[in-house]
Amino acid sequence: MSDLRELYQQVILDHNRKPRNFRTLTSATGRAEGYNPLCGDRVTVEVALEDGVIRDIGFQGSGCAISKASASMMTESLKGKTRKEAEALFRIFHSLLTEERPPLAEKDLGKLVVFSGVREFPVRVKCATLAWHTLKAALDGRQETASTE
Amino acid sequence: MKVSGSSWDVERIRKDFPILHEEVHGKPLVYLDNAATSQKPHVVIEALVDYYAKRNSNVHRGLHLLSERATEAYEEARARIQRFLNAAHSREIIFVRGTTEGINLVAQTYGRRAVGAGDEVVITALEHHSNIVPWQMLCEEKHGTLRVVPINDAGKVDVEAYEAMLGERTRLVAIAHVSNALGTILPVQRMIEAAHQRDIPVLVDGAQAVPHLRVDVQALGCDFYTFSGHKTYGPTGIGVLYGKTALLEQMPPFHGGGDMIKSVSFEKTVYNDLPYKFEAGTPHVAGAVGLGAALGYLEDLRLDRIAAYEHELLVYATDRLSALPGVRLIGTARDRAAVLSFVVEGVHAHDVGTILDLEGIAVRAGHHCAMPVMTRFDIAATTRASLALYNTYEEIDRLIDGLGKVREVFG
Repeated sequence: MSDLRELYQQVILDHNRKPRNFRTLTSATGRAEGYNPLCGDRVTVEVALEDGVIRDIGFQGSGCAISKASASMMTESLKGKTRKEAEALFRIFHSLLTEERPPLAEKDLGKLVVFSGVREFPVRVKCATLAWHTLKAALDGRQETASTE
Repeated sequence: MKVSGSSWDVERIRKDFPILHEEVHGKPLVYLDNAATSQKPHVVIEALVDYYAKRNSNVHRGLHLLSERATEAYEEARARIQRFLNAAHSREIIFVRGTTEGINLVAQTYGRRAVGAGDEVVITALEHHSNIVPWQMLCEEKHGTLRVVPINDAGKVDVEAYEAMLGERTRLVAIAHVSNALGTILPVQRMIEAAHQRDIPVLVDGAQAVPHLRVDVQALGCDFYTFSGHKTYGPTGIGVLYGKTALLEQMPPFHGGGDMIKSVSFEKTVYNDLPYKFEAGTPHVAGAVGLGAALGYLEDLRLDRIAAYEHELLVYATDRLSALPGVRLIGTARDRAAVLSFVVEGVHAHDVGTILDLEGIAVRAGHHCAMPVMTRFDIAATTRASLALYNTYEEIDRLIDGLGKVREVFG
């Protein structure tokens, strides 16, 4: 049960039940769709950039608890961040999920550390990163669907 | 916990499968992913070891004793499969890598000759991707049309719609015997007869049927039947395509290479006789031998008894799952085999799968390579528990307990 509680922490379950910023933006400057062919999860991320700062961000879609909570918490943690800061945060988040040792900059992740339990479930890493890959595509203004593959 | 009323000695059978005694996350393994691949009994594992230890050589080539032994083992396996399927001739049994290759072989040889612009291939809405995509590729190339027979809310094929769909331009029907995503058993006999009234040949995808039902290709009358070794307690990488001699003879080869020829010159190559015309290159001899052993194992247990036991288990599991609040079975046709596909209200199938995995229970979560089925039921994914002859009532109880854990976590 301990692994289970590590993975499905209360914060994650809460964001799954009540995803934040689960909406479309009227002022979006970038928009991308993400798709995980393994499980069919789909997510759309929209951002409103102003002078290189994320003023607003929202997402829509369907997926498992991990992917939904990850998208929700990503939107919360990125508001007000610059594009560069967002990309740096993704790199730290990614190493939290995939590397044996906690990343040096773990404290920068704030609440996002609740996803550290995903490390024990390699097949679920893509669930946690789908929204982030999609965000990157939205920031880059790429048109194609972002994929976890 | 319920105890089986039949004479099926499942505890004895479980001793035949070494992997069933493994632990997963510190718990005894409950393997309910048999529609993806089944586990292998000792006799199959030993057949592989014995082949490599004592008989390994290339087939149909050497003059030496080992090559003779290997050829004999390979051809014995073919003869055993012929008897198992009740095919008229052993030349009608072609070794392929699996069901997917069997279907592609027919699409690329028979299909490319038979289907032209405006012609039609008929499939059903519950096919596995491997019985959709090869026909889509063919229709795209030949400017043909893929027609899809609808299914109802229970996951049953609409046979009247199917019969109405057969027409002047239908060149081939390709249908599953048993649905991998829902477990529905299709009325293939009736569907084959309807097609034959119009002289339309029928391919049956038997990947999910052969491990569970007695299959007699002559009684069915199908023109092609294909299945995979690894879902039938045999090795991966080996499967069978059965085809009627008359059709196989008129078909061009699939792959070119060694063993499929009688003579080769730069001017002209003469193809080999059946079945070798379709078996280019060194075949998976050990796989064929292992598959022969697996089918021998099933014959010893008797398929009618296997089917009866699995049916009992399916009824028990269906009753217990249906009684769980917030659990909805997808696919409720009366005729079903060994598959329970379900959704848990408010919980994604992947979360269900992960929680069950931590309880030692292996299920499949996702679209089961049947995305159109998911679309039909307006769901993204299901959790699928699929049964085999070695599963027990106690394991069904553990699945139900595991789903209790899912509720505990997700509230």
